[in-house]
Amino acid sequence: MALNAEQSERLNVLLTDRAEEISARWAEVAAAPLRGRLTVAEAARQTLDLQRQLQATLRAGATDVASDRSAELRAVLSEFSRGRARQGFTATETATTVLALKTAIYDVAGVEKGDEATLRDYVAWTSFIDELSLFTFESYTKARERIITEQNEQLLELSTPVVKLWEGVVSVPLVGTLDSARAQVVMERLLQALIDTGSPWAIIDITGVPAVDTQVAQHVLKTVMAARLMGAECIVSGIRPQIAQTIVALGIEFGDIVTKASLADALRHAIKMSGSELARSQRRAA
Amino acid sequence: MDRVPILKIGPVLLVSIQVDMQDQMALALQEDLGQRIVDTGCRGVIIDITGLDIVDSFVGRTLSTIASISRVLDAETIVVGMRPAVAITLVELGLSLNGIRTALNVERGMELLARRADEDDFAEPDFVDEHEISKSP
Repeated sequence: MALNAEQSERLNVLLTDRAEEISARWAEVAAAPLRGRLTVAEAARQTLDLQRQLQATLRAGATDVASDRSAELRAVLSEFSRGRARQGFTATETATTVLALKTAIYDVAGVEKGDEATLRDYVAWTSFIDELSLFTFESYTKARERIITEQNEQLLELSTPVVKLWEGVVSVPLVGTLDSARAQVVMERLLQALIDTGSPWAIIDITGVPAVDTQVAQHVLKTVMAARLMGAECIVSGIRPQIAQTIVALGIEFGDIVTKASLADALRHAIKMSGSELARSQRRAA
Repeated sequence: MDRVPILKIGPVLLVSIQVDMQDQMALALQEDLGQRIVDTGCRGVIIDITGLDIVDSFVGRTLSTIASISRVLDAETIVVGMRPAVAITLVELGLSLNGIRTALNVERGMELLARRADEDDFAEPDFVDEHEISKSP
C-alpha cells in the first residue's frame, strides 16, 4: 500500500528529527537476531545507510517503493541484500533487518501512548516498510540464484579436465560426486578427446569420487561402452579398498573392463598394451 | 537409389558411408558386401561411419548383421570413425553392436586387421612366400 503525501512527509520529519534515536534503536533491534555474526556497529553502519537513503527518498516525495523516485532506495536495498546473500545470511535474517525499523519507530515515536492519528500513521508506515522488506527478500533470492548459477558453471568447468598422459593415452580424473549432468559432460569431453588426440586408450580415474553407488557405476559403464563403440579401450583406476567393497556388496559387474588400483598401474598397463602393439607392427614391418 | 561404394584396398574392403543411411541403402549394402567378399576373397572389411550423424536401431542392427555375415564368409568387420554423439546415443538406446569390432579411424582399423592376420598366421600367402624366398640362400 502506498503512503499518501502527508504520511510520507510525517515519516520524513520523524526520521529527520529523531534520526539518532531511531538509528541507534534500529541497529540494536537489527543486530539482536544475528547472534553475534554481525556486530552492533556493523549493523548500525548498514541501517544508517538505509536510513539516509530512506530519508532522501522521502524528501524527494516518494510514496511507493515501485515508483521512479525510489530508484536509488531500491538500488541501496538490492546492494544490501546482495551483500548479505554473499556473506551467507539467511533470507529471514536479511529481511528482519529492514523490518526492525518498525520496532524502532514504534519505540521512538511512542505509538503505544499516542493518539489515534499516530496509530493510523504507524499502520501506514509499517505497510510501507513491509514493502521495503519484501523487495529486500526478492533481491536476496535473485542474488542467491545468481550465485548458484555461477558456482554450477564454475564446477562444470573445473571438474572435467581431460589430460593426455602419454602418446595414445588420455585420462579423465573425476573429482567429486558424479551426477547425471556431470557424467554427461565427462562422457562427451572424453570421447571428443579420443577423437582429437587419436588415442586408443582412456583411463577413468575415480580417486576423487567420494562414493560409488549403482548410479555412478552406471555412468562409468556407459562411458566405457561408448568409448568401445568408437574403438578405444578404457581402464578404470583409483578404486579405494572401501569402494571396492561397496562395488562388490552392490553386486556391480565391471565385466571385462580392466580395473587398476592406481593411476600409475593403469598407465603402465596402457603403455604395455600399446607397446606390444608397436612391437608387433615393427616385427611385421621388419 | 544410391548405393554405398565398396573399395578394395589390398587385402581389405573399405566401405565409406558419406550420406545418412536409409533403410534400403543399408539392406543393399548388406547384399553387395557379401557378394564382394566372395568375389575378392578379402579377409577384412572396414566400414567407415565418420560421415554418419545418426545411427538408428535399424542401421545398428544391420551393421551387426553385416559383421555376422562377414564372419561366416571368414572376413573380419571393423567399424571405424564413430562420432561421440552417435556412440552416446547407441549406449543410451542400449544397443551395444554385439560382435562388431571398432577402431578410432581407418588407419587404426587397418592396423587391427593386419595384426589379426598376423596372429592367425594368415599374412597374405604370396607376401610370406616372397619373404621366405628372399631369406633362403
